[in-house]
Amino acid sequence: MSINLSAFFYLISAVCFVFSLKGLSSAATSRNGNLYGMCGMVIAILTTLLTPGIDQYRWIVLAIAIGGGIGAFIAKNIAMTALPQLVAAFHSLVGLAAVFVAAAALYAPGIFHIGMEGHIGFTSLFEMGLGAIIGAITFTGSIVAFGKLQGLITGKPLIFPQQHKLNALIGIGVVVLLLLFISTSSSFFFWVMTILAFALGFLLILPIGGADMPVVISMLNSYSGWAAAGIGFTLNNNLLIITGALVGASGAILSYIMCKGMNRSIFNVILGGFGTDPAATSSDAAAGQSDKPVKVSSGEDAAYIMGNASSVIIVPGYGMAVAQAQHVLREMVDLLKQKGVKVRYAIHPVAGRMPGHMNVLLAEANVPYDEVLELEEINHDFSSTDVAFVIGANDITNPATKTDTSSPIYGMPILDVENARTVLFVKRSLASGYAGVDNELFYRDNTLMVLGDAKKVCEQILKTLKE
Amino acid sequence: MDIQSLTSHSSKVLQAARELVENAKELDTTVKHLAHQTGAEGMSPFMIGLTVFILACFVGYYVVWKVTPALHSPLMSVTNAISSVIIVGALIAAGPAVGGISVTFGFFAVVLASINIFGGFIVTQRMLKMFAQKK
Repeated sequence: MSINLSAFFYLISAVCFVFSLKGLSSAATSRNGNLYGMCGMVIAILTTLLTPGIDQYRWIVLAIAIGGGIGAFIAKNIAMTALPQLVAAFHSLVGLAAVFVAAAALYAPGIFHIGMEGHIGFTSLFEMGLGAIIGAITFTGSIVAFGKLQGLITGKPLIFPQQHKLNALIGIGVVVLLLLFISTSSSFFFWVMTILAFALGFLLILPIGGADMPVVISMLNSYSGWAAAGIGFTLNNNLLIITGALVGASGAILSYIMCKGMNRSIFNVILGGFGTDPAATSSDAAAGQSDKPVKVSSGEDAAYIMGNASSVIIVPGYGMAVAQAQHVLREMVDLLKQKGVKVRYAIHPVAGRMPGHMNVLLAEANVPYDEVLELEEINHDFSSTDVAFVIGANDITNPATKTDTSSPIYGMPILDVENARTVLFVKRSLASGYAGVDNELFYRDNTLMVLGDAKKVCEQILKTLKE
Repeated sequence: MDIQSLTSHSSKVLQAARELVENAKELDTTVKHLAHQTGAEGMSPFMIGLTVFILACFVGYYVVWKVTPALHSPLMSVTNAISSVIIVGALIAAGPAVGGISVTFGFFAVVLASINIFGGFIVTQRMLKMFAQKK
């Protein structure tokens, strides 16, 4: 295949990817979007395989079979509640692949037409180094995010003294090594630089708390795109550059939307987690718990209250995902609807651990999507609603965001569940949320706490409603 | 050496010198022509790449900006699958029949990217199927 012909097919593939993202913009066209993506990928792979210079197919077919088998197996068997960590793990693979491709280009520049070994142009070395750095940061950063989401590493922000200084130092080190690498093209500097970038990715994500994971995942999503674009520059391949830019832009937009959902700047998220002053917040919370009276209710009471209500808004959070309560919840709602109760769901932009996490879980439980509403669409309706049923959410309902300027979550847009006639809180305990902030809503007169695992509580309510 | 042979030799030298000048002129025009050509296509690959990159960023921005929040998770997993287009570079690295360490790097990069491609698209499809069910 001639260079122009393969460039043409690469262009078709890039257009497929644009259509793929376009298709994802609405539910009706989303499945076509996914198909476009697959077509684009198949075209890209076949075109590459027909390029002169690819002389053996045995190892390549084996590699694709191994990778494809693993990928397909994981994707088919993963539980939807484990989606955030799966996506984080997948991001890490793109990062590592970028490092490998950059290394391959360093050792065999001839096959990528960027020079001879030891004689590579400055720009190529720069692009190669940049691709490797972004890839390395994406790799270890995603590994940490995966560990936090999977519960292997604590979800609490891990902070140690001089952390920012250390990160800055490593960052400078990476830049210096990049310059050394460009001027000497020595593989030694390449690897030291890459190892430092690995360390940087690890340290950057470690201090970020669990509740900030939607931002982190979007950010890593964006990085994986930039890494692909960096490799595209190295190989002078427009398809990689275009696709990398598309993915990078998409991830950046998601990060922006998530940050807006928390009223925090991206720097604020990166530079330190929620509850960076753990001593102060935890003592406050402890004091609040012992002093103020809390109305604790049971599943039976909750069933009675909701059964007699005319309208209910359900506010799901991460607790619902952990307990895998979405199916029982939907059964409960079905029963309520049979009794003539109007039920809707309110989704906060950062509910859960990844963008759109709650929507996927509710979709899995066959909740019709016209019942699932976004914050702006439903927030005014709480005041005319009988019951707000908060299941496994906390910080996203905390009215302190409006009044308490000293609160770390001050200014975050919340779902105004406080305006509902009765607020039912399904929670495992009275502990504060990820932000480490006490929720004053627990102590209000119109609030009833139903303590327990989200799934068990829903089962109990369901049982009572059936009787 | 007599005078006659000297003149014939000198005329031959003159002839050769003329031819040389002629060739030099030809070479000059060819070089000028080539220089002109390369001047026209002289944009470095980096600048071409940068142009494509910036424009693609804008395309990405306008395409993704309108995505409904309900589909943020599928969007993320599909972009994740698509970013594995890096497999193109991996395949080129793994391609040569004989090769050193770069072929090994290429092999592993192909494995990693393939996990992502298959995993990403399949998990997206699973998600979108759930969204489609309840029409």
